[in-house]
Amino acid sequence: MIAELGQFALILAFVVALFQSVAIFAGLRTGDAVVHGFARTGAIAQFVLVLAAFACLTWLFAVSDFTALVVAENSHTDKPMLYKLTGVWGNHEGSMLLWALILTGYTGALAWSAKPVEARLISLTFAVQSLITAAFTAFLLFTSNPFARLWPGPENGQDLNPLLQDPGLASHPPMLYAGYVGFSITFSFALAALIDGRVDARWARIVRPWALAAWTFLTIGIALGASWAYYELGWGGWWAWDPVENASLMPWLAGTAFIHSLRVMEKRDTLKAWTILLALLTFALSMAGAFLVRSGVLTSVHAFAVDPERGVFILAILVALIGGSLLIYGLRAGLLKPTGVFSGISRESTLLVNNLVLAAACGLVFFGTFYPLFITTVSDETITIGAPFYNNTFNPMLGALLVLVPVSGMLAWKRGRLMPVLKDLAPAALAALAGGVAAFWIADRGLVAGALGTGLAIWIALGVLIDLAKRFKLFQIEFRASLARAARLPLGIWGMAVAHFGLAVVVFAITGVSAWKQETSAFLMPGQHLDIRQLTLTLDDVEQVEGANYVAERGYLTARRDQQVVSNLVAERRHYPVRGMATTESAIHARLTGDIYVTIGQPNPERGWPVFVYIYPFAIWLWIGSAILGLGGLLSIADQGRRALGVGRSPVPIRAKPEVAE
Amino acid sequence: MNRVFLFLPLVIFLVMGLYFGLGLRQDPSAIPSQQIDRPLPEFDLPGIADGEPGLSSADLVGQVSLLNVFGSWCPPCAIEHPMLMQISRSGRVPIYGVDWRDRPGDGAAWLARHGNPFARVGDDPQGRLAIDLGITGAPETFVIDQEGRVRFHHVGIVDETVWRDTLLPVIVALEAE
Amino acid sequence: MRPMARLLLLTMLPLLLLSASPAMATPGPDERMADEALEVRARALYRSLRCVVCQSQSIDESNAPLALDMRAVVRERLLAGDSDVEVRAWLRSDYGEYVLMMPPVQGNTLFLWLFPVIALVGGGILLVFFVRSQSARAAQPLDMNEEAELARLRDEEAQS
Repeated sequence: MIAELGQFALILAFVVALFQSVAIFAGLRTGDAVVHGFARTGAIAQFVLVLAAFACLTWLFAVSDFTALVVAENSHTDKPMLYKLTGVWGNHEGSMLLWALILTGYTGALAWSAKPVEARLISLTFAVQSLITAAFTAFLLFTSNPFARLWPGPENGQDLNPLLQDPGLASHPPMLYAGYVGFSITFSFALAALIDGRVDARWARIVRPWALAAWTFLTIGIALGASWAYYELGWGGWWAWDPVENASLMPWLAGTAFIHSLRVMEKRDTLKAWTILLALLTFALSMAGAFLVRSGVLTSVHAFAVDPERGVFILAILVALIGGSLLIYGLRAGLLKPTGVFSGISRESTLLVNNLVLAAACGLVFFGTFYPLFITTVSDETITIGAPFYNNTFNPMLGALLVLVPVSGMLAWKRGRLMPVLKDLAPAALAALAGGVAAFWIADRGLVAGALGTGLAIWIALGVLIDLAKRFKLFQIEFRASLARAARLPLGIWGMAVAHFGLAVVVFAITGVSAWKQETSAFLMPGQHLDIRQLTLTLDDVEQVEGANYVAERGYLTARRDQQVVSNLVAERRHYPVRGMATTESAIHARLTGDIYVTIGQPNPERGWPVFVYIYPFAIWLWIGSAILGLGGLLSIADQGRRALGVGRSPVPIRAKPEVAE
Repeated sequence: MNRVFLFLPLVIFLVMGLYFGLGLRQDPSAIPSQQIDRPLPEFDLPGIADGEPGLSSADLVGQVSLLNVFGSWCPPCAIEHPMLMQISRSGRVPIYGVDWRDRPGDGAAWLARHGNPFARVGDDPQGRLAIDLGITGAPETFVIDQEGRVRFHHVGIVDETVWRDTLLPVIVALEAE
Repeated sequence: MRPMARLLLLTMLPLLLLSASPAMATPGPDERMADEALEVRARALYRSLRCVVCQSQSIDESNAPLALDMRAVVRERLLAGDSDVEVRAWLRSDYGEYVLMMPPVQGNTLFLWLFPVIALVGGGILLVFFVRSQSARAAQPLDMNEEAELARLRDEEAQS
């Protein structure tokens, strides 16, 4: 009954979305004002309908209704309730429904927040967005029905892949989709503007908060995924350049370039054709990611059960939506003429370089991911493109770009002077050099990489601080006056500073975890120990425990330094009988200076339990830095509220002053 | 802005789309065999039970033969087994077996239970020969020519269709050489 | 997808997953080499070789049976005195380029390797052209509307 209700809601959502899209496109030709009103109602209706469908599916999982095929394949009565619920999106059909939910969620958010200005643009945006919704709900209904029945319902289900039964995985997909799918709105805005024939600074101001929101969610979503991998997989790996990971990195790179070029567009009313292209491509990359995971085209640990039939349908959606939008781009982008200009040395030009490198990096990841596919379609060969390739190409590119970050923030808009900026940043450069040398001396491994990473992180962090200090004239005027200035500083500037600082933290954490990590392993019987650096790890005891849907061997260990107990660690190796799979629950003692990471393996009757110990210096800063990065994004979003469309600003008389660096 | 430039993204996208579409037909995990036309790596495997003769690369010289890699732990091998028995009974070509990654005695027990189609069987518990042959799973079957060179590599089950339409023509062609 | 076909696919899924079980990856303590220098080389080599039955993992990260065997082959070759290049070449001759985590620089991978350079240099040239072309626009004289606007602003300034 509930399943049929859910299916009905989904069908209705498809119909409303399709109707809305067609109606608006038709209505705008005739200039019908009623259409604008309907757009808003229709948008909210779509969201409510998909939400109802999603609620129905969640209900089916919560009560373990095994006559629903999806529930039978992915759930089990013994599964803890949390994972019954999060299992809703732990499978292909459910996760597609989540996609649709977030898609219509954004549409609804636009309906709720859009001001009565720019009615034509907003309506066109709804039209495009509804078209996308119609395409994806059609995909759901015709190839991936979450409400398909299984008669007779089995006694119990197949349980969820134990790897997915983890709190990290509860939050990773929704956040990631909120990012991915958020760029659908900017895609729709871009296409709408192309159709409307008008793209200007005003458009950029409207679109920027949406772009920032999607970007922030995507950043946090990727960080959650990486942190989940770190904690769950048993050896502290957090990024493997797996095709599906790359599928989330590409929209992030394009999206980062996008939010920066939007700023240039806001300021100078230029780079229009490029910015619109970025908007289209960012979402195109999101959709291409969906194609990857569900079509069986590439192998990946992330991939859902493969089904070429779905792959064809998604490919068709891709060709229609992306091909169609790029066609309109080719036809209409010529109308977009820039009006502003900027000098070769200016903040705009550094943002242009930012865009260049990010676009090149995105292209690199794209080709790295799809090249094996291209090769197999034209020849008999197959190749692998793995981490070593990206380490040699991607890392240097991004590293070089990151050097530019502090300089960019301090250069004036429109026409800047480089020498004063470099002079101001000299302390940061010196500190970076000193830090790099210190890292080189102190570390006993990864010397060069560690030094470079440390230097880069210090350069960015101090550069940001120096930038802020200059803005509120710290040490140049009275302290209280400085504070007052700081309080008046636009949130957007704080957002930029915080985000870039977070970047520095992340760079340092990556350096620590990659260049300075250590590991060792040994077979231990209870009572025995192994040594790593100054730490001694003793295996105290191992016992059998039972969980809700698993049996586990639990090892108790103690880490000591110089006879002092540093930490007590508990590591498990779990076996899930229904799925016949095993997972490890590592023991991680996280300190600000690094993580002690311990895992136990399958015992050998004669030799004992294999114990793996890893030391990951500064690991926790990966997550803290990502949070800071996200915070920067949130601050920037908060700024738009005050400045959008010039609301809230008192008119200022025009004075003939040179532009102050803002 | 040059008109050409503006349509470039579309053109590039359509080319990609074409590749993706073609890619849907491919099996991403299938890798081409490196062994074709190469002589078998030299090996001398012990027998799978005490007293049994083993298998060495010298045994495969002199006639066209099949080399089959199997394991008692491998369900598809059990599915393919009756077909191998049939080929062995027909005497068309000798079949030699490589017992891959089996614990001592498991392979012999399995053959005792299901029947032994192999003229000789070699024991490869550590999988060294398997790696040298570029094996990625079981069962896999090679067609070896009179000089001991690998001329064909079939991945997966050998059934009636595979034998008749794929392997037999290769064997016939090789015998004609 | 028809339920029957779906169930068939599902029964195969555990077999597929078994080959890529992430539980307990990285080489075990029984795989450590006695010589520390060789152990370091071995680990680096594991990371550069792909597990051919896994889904985009190196043999350092997988405990699939074949990955274990491949690691053993690496150790054997190192003990036999092979250089890193020779060890990789050995496995490459068995499995082809697929087994290398980093594609070799050769004819069919040239585009991939050259892409960063092409993109940055090509993009950089376009960038310079764009910035230069702007000055052409900036140097244009004001048109009638802009002249009138300028005059109006000057009047306002004079009055305030």
